[in-house]
Order: sequence, then C-alpha cells, then structure tokens
Amino acid sequence: MSAGEGGADAAPEENTERAPVTMLSTPMRLEYLFSAGIAQSKNLRGLAEGKFIGQRCPVCRKVYMPSRGSCPVDGVPTDEVVELGNTGTVTTFCVVNVPFAGQSIEIPYICAMVLLDGADISFMGLIQEIPTDEVRMGLRVEAVWVPTEELRPSMASVKYFRPSGEPDADYESYKDYT
Amino acid sequence: MPTPPSPRRGRRPVAVVSFAQADNVRRESHHNEVETLMPVFAELFAKTGSGITKDDIDFICSGSTDYLIGGPFSFVAALDAIGVYPPRRESHVEMDAAWALYEAWVALQDEGVDTALVYGFGKSSLGQLHKILSLQLDPYVMAPLWPDPVSLAALQARTLLDAGTASEADFAAVAARSRRAALENPKAQVAYDRTVEQLLAEEYVVAPLRRHALPPITDGAAAVVLAAGTRAFEWAERPAWITGIDHRIETHALGARDLASSPSTARAGLEAGVGDGPVDVAELHAPFAHQELILAAALGLGEGVDLNPSGGALAANALMAGGLIRIGEAATRVMDGRAGRAVAHATSGPVLQHNLVTVLEGV
Amino acid sequence: MSEGTGDRDEEVLTSDHVLEYPYSRSVGPVIGAFLTGLRDGRILGVTSPDGRVVVPPTEYDPTTGEATGDLVEVGPEGTVESWAWVVSPLPQHPLDHPFAWVLVKLDGADTAVLHVLDAPGPDAVSTGMRVRPHFVEEDERVGRIQDIAAFVPVAGSAS
Repeated sequence: MSAGEGGADAAPEENTERAPVTMLSTPMRLEYLFSAGIAQSKNLRGLAEGKFIGQRCPVCRKVYMPSRGSCPVDGVPTDEVVELGNTGTVTTFCVVNVPFAGQSIEIPYICAMVLLDGADISFMGLIQEIPTDEVRMGLRVEAVWVPTEELRPSMASVKYFRPSGEPDADYESYKDYT
Repeated sequence: MPTPPSPRRGRRPVAVVSFAQADNVRRESHHNEVETLMPVFAELFAKTGSGITKDDIDFICSGSTDYLIGGPFSFVAALDAIGVYPPRRESHVEMDAAWALYEAWVALQDEGVDTALVYGFGKSSLGQLHKILSLQLDPYVMAPLWPDPVSLAALQARTLLDAGTASEADFAAVAARSRRAALENPKAQVAYDRTVEQLLAEEYVVAPLRRHALPPITDGAAAVVLAAGTRAFEWAERPAWITGIDHRIETHALGARDLASSPSTARAGLEAGVGDGPVDVAELHAPFAHQELILAAALGLGEGVDLNPSGGALAANALMAGGLIRIGEAATRVMDGRAGRAVAHATSGPVLQHNLVTVLEGV
Repeated sequence: MSEGTGDRDEEVLTSDHVLEYPYSRSVGPVIGAFLTGLRDGRILGVTSPDGRVVVPPTEYDPTTGEATGDLVEVGPEGTVESWAWVVSPLPQHPLDHPFAWVLVKLDGADTAVLHVLDAPGPDAVSTGMRVRPHFVEEDERVGRIQDIAAFVPVAGSAS
C-alpha cells in the first residue's frame, strides 16, 4: 500500500496517547500549468529583451503596461503593441519595514508605483540609490535592468528604479494616475 | 407586443435574450480567459441585432473557480473582458455560472435593474482536475482519501445497476445518442456516430463506467444576457422567458444520500413548475451518462422530450460554464421557435449534490 | 518559462506553478470523537433525534438539521452498499494497486462510510458482501480516516 498524499504526519502535540484527537493534518498539493496568454507573453518577451512592452486600446487610446490583452474600461482587445521607454514618475510609494521569508533586499526599502512615460497605468517597483526619507511623489526615475545574461521573461529582469536626475514631475502631470 | 408570461415566483418576468459560447476544446493553449471571453461577449451583443453594448447592462454576474487556474481572484481579471472602469454593479459566484444567472435573476426582481450579463468560464486543462474536484468533499473524512469524480460517479452508477433501474447498455445508449447529436453542434468537443455495441466493447475506467460514459476535460466559456419585462422585446424577437427557477442542495455526507435518485432535482423541478405543462426540450447537465437517466426520472420527463439536443455535458464539459450552457442551449431553441417550452438543469458539487432547474417558455 | 506549442502565429509562454498548503484543522468534539475512536481502533457513529445512527458522525442530522446526540460504537463489520472498481489507481489514491471504492454500512449504522476495499479483483466484490476494517498498526495510528488502511472481505462470506 502506498503512503498516501502527504505521508503519515506525526500527531500534533495535543494528540497525546490518552487525550482526545483535536487536530487533523490535511496537506494538499496541486500542480498547474500557468499559461500567460498572448498579450502577457508579448510583455514577458519584452522584459527578456530589457524592454517595457505595453498595448494600446483602440477606443480610449490608453496604453497599458503590463497588459492582459483587453482594455479594462472598454472591454475590447488592445492589439496595438507599444514599446515604452525606461523613464517614469513615482506616483505613490511606501517605506517597508517588515521582513518576509525569502527577502533579499535590506529593510527599510521603498516600494513605489511607477508611471512610465507614455503609459496610462502604473505598476509596482523597487526604488534604490536614494535615501528612503528622500523618496517623494513626483520623483523622476529610470529603470535599472539586470545584466544581459540574467534577463528573462519576468518582471525580475527589472532590478529596480533609481532617480533619473530630472526635476520632479508636476503633480498635475500624474494626479489622474494616483 | 406580446405579454411576458408571469413567473411562478418573483415580481418581474425575466427572459434570456442572447447566448454565446466559446469553442469547447481539450486545451486552449493560446488565449487566456480574458482573451477567450472578449469574442464571446462581442458575439453575444451582436446576436441581439439591436446595437446594444456593455453600457446597456445594469448588472454583471459571473461564475468561475480560482482552483482551475490556481490563482486567487482570477475572476476579477476576467472583468477586463467587459470593462468595469468606471465601476459597475457586479457580483461573482465561485460556482457554475448557472448560479450566477440565479443571482442575476434575483437582482432583476428590483425595479431599476432591467438587464444583466451572466458569464462563466474555466480552463480545466491547466490543473490536476481530479485532485481539484476531490477538494470539494468533506475535508475530514472523505477528501483525505482523494476520491476523484469518476470514482464517485461510478459508485453512483452501480446503485442504478443494483436497483435494476438501468443497465450498462442504457449508459452506452445515452452516450451514443449524445455524441451523435453533438455532430450537429459546431461548439461540441466530442462527437461521433457509434453503436451501443461498439461502446460496450471499451475497457472499464472505473467499473461500471467505461470511457464513453465520462465527460471530456474542457476549456470553455459562455455568456447570456437577461432582460426584465418588456425590455426583453427590445433585444430579442422571441425572448426565452424564465417562468420558473429553483435550486436545492442535498447533504454533504455522501453516505447519507440516495445516489440512485436525485431528490434535490425533483424538488427543484417541482418548485420551478416543470410539470405544469408539456416539455419540448430538456438540456440536462449530466457529466456522466448514467446521470441523465437519474435526472430525467427526477424531473418526470417522458418519451416525447428531446433530451440534450446539444450533446450535453458528454459532448463538452466546460466546468463553471456547463450549467449556463444548458440554459443557453435550451433558451436558444425557444428563441428560434424550435421549442415552445424547455427545461434546463445545472448541477454542482459531487455526484449531483446541488441542482438548479429552470423552465423557459416562448410566447 | 517555456514556449508553448501552437498552430497559430503567436506562441504563448507557460510555466509550472504549484499550490501547496499544510492545513491543520481543528476537528471539534464530534469529528474529534470519531477520529479518536479510529486511533483507538474503533468506529463511532452518532445518534440523531429520529433514532438513526449517522456514520461518520455529524454535528447535525444530515436530513433534518437537528442537533445529533450521543456517540455509539458501530461495526466493526459492515455491508457493502455500493462499489466501484478502480482499474488504474491515481497517484493520490490510498492504494497503489487496483482496488474498489466502497460505501459501507457498518453494523448498527444507518448511513454508509466511504472507504477502499482491498480485494483480489472485481469478481470478488459485490453489493451486499460483508467486509471489515483493516487498521494500521496501533503505533502508526494518529486519528485520521487512513488509520483504517482499507476494508477487506470477511473471510468465508459469500461475495
């Protein structure tokens, strides 16, 4: 007979020889194939080449990076592919002080929403090369990519964003994207 | 303008005015759920021939389960296929979209909510379907044994053989008839013309069920538009009016259920008024061949009823959409005049635990 | 990520993805009593107000919803109410050779319990046959349904 799913777990401490059973261990494991779909695959391939690839809605003309293939406003396919540059604006941010399992970044660190130039939605990025207390809304940033040989179809190809040195963006220019 | 028939229960008459579905395939390897749904919605609105768009929809309700894709809130991403910014009134059931239709029907009882979009989707090809479905069982004393849906269905099929109410040849006859009917359904996944003898020659998968008695594994999606009152006539010449709708559930404890019959389907059918008039067409959500026999008996459907002309779930079994597709297929035959009165049934949970029955009529 | 195959012009990227959770469930006094019984090599059911004995025990009667009452020992032997022969067991199944799923109504119970029957072949299995639980070794029992490794035919009973 097989051992069965998860094996025979040792009884939790409450289940002593005489004490009634109070807990049951029921581990589960499910394996999946994640399929990115056409639009997201374009985006991921772009990241593997060190590029930000977005898509434009034919109705409202907004550009989404990353894109899932449809416009969340109009519900139509966003077939037009748009390559965006490396610079953008911090629209909001937070200072993270909580460590988590598998973390490789020193705390405190800045997690920010970055609006790339030309995009109409922002996405989450790590901000580095600036003291945490100097990060601000409107900060102009540029992407720092991992070395070429480490590029892969993943947002992890973007190492982080750092100040680009440009003057801060005007609030008016990004207030609709906060 | 004809008068919409009064529903058995509820204040406002509600009708199905359009139905569309994606191709049912073993594996949709290119399009994600959003990319699959967009053309379904486009076809759904185009079919009404009235130029309606998503902006004419007052309420959106979907059915799906995150367990198929293995990602949380995956149904939220699907809303991009219809566009929900600025925010819309929307809801979701982690179940077959037939129950999303039920929720939409309830919402449409309110004056001011006149139209609804209901959709369901699921890609069963992405995960270990038999393990996923085991997880809907009692987590303490059943799921740890990991009984898969084919095994449970086989236990149920055996009870029919033991009771003498059906034979393995009867199971094969259901499968043969369903797959033959599916030859006429461009959306069907499994269709063939084989005899009962040929099917009985197959090996058992889990006895007494052979491969032909099992549903296919399907990636699919479907959608329906509902409209209340005379609004329905703006979108369909002959709406399929929901004159009765009800759903009932049996106990979670498998060993306490009567698997040879379906008391919840019988009760839902009674409350939905199936027996109030003749039934021309019945689309029954029977993923396993023997279950069609149980459901037809529970609903009192006799010889003259056209059972599963679409091929049913044996022809395509898109989880989370299959029950809605039964409603859509039945509604389509009312809308195009092939049927005057139709019954559609949807099921959820292990071996017909939870059942929904609707009666659809044209005027 | 790997390239997906397809006959269309765009190829999609795919990757493997695993969901794995340990899950430790509190079982309460009724299911807890059932599991404790299994650990001790016994099978318990619960009485419902209408006099039926529900196995495995539930907190509320499955038909009427009324609160159930006292625990009572059932079995160990029982009768097969239904069965299904698994030709090719799946990796997650309790046995790794062909076996039968069974619904067993244990002596003294009014509902059936789902488990597996270890039998030589489908010809050795029938509705109405008598079976008994084969527990794992006492020091391997922890209080779970798998403390019964499988049911086995009662020796000498007709099949």
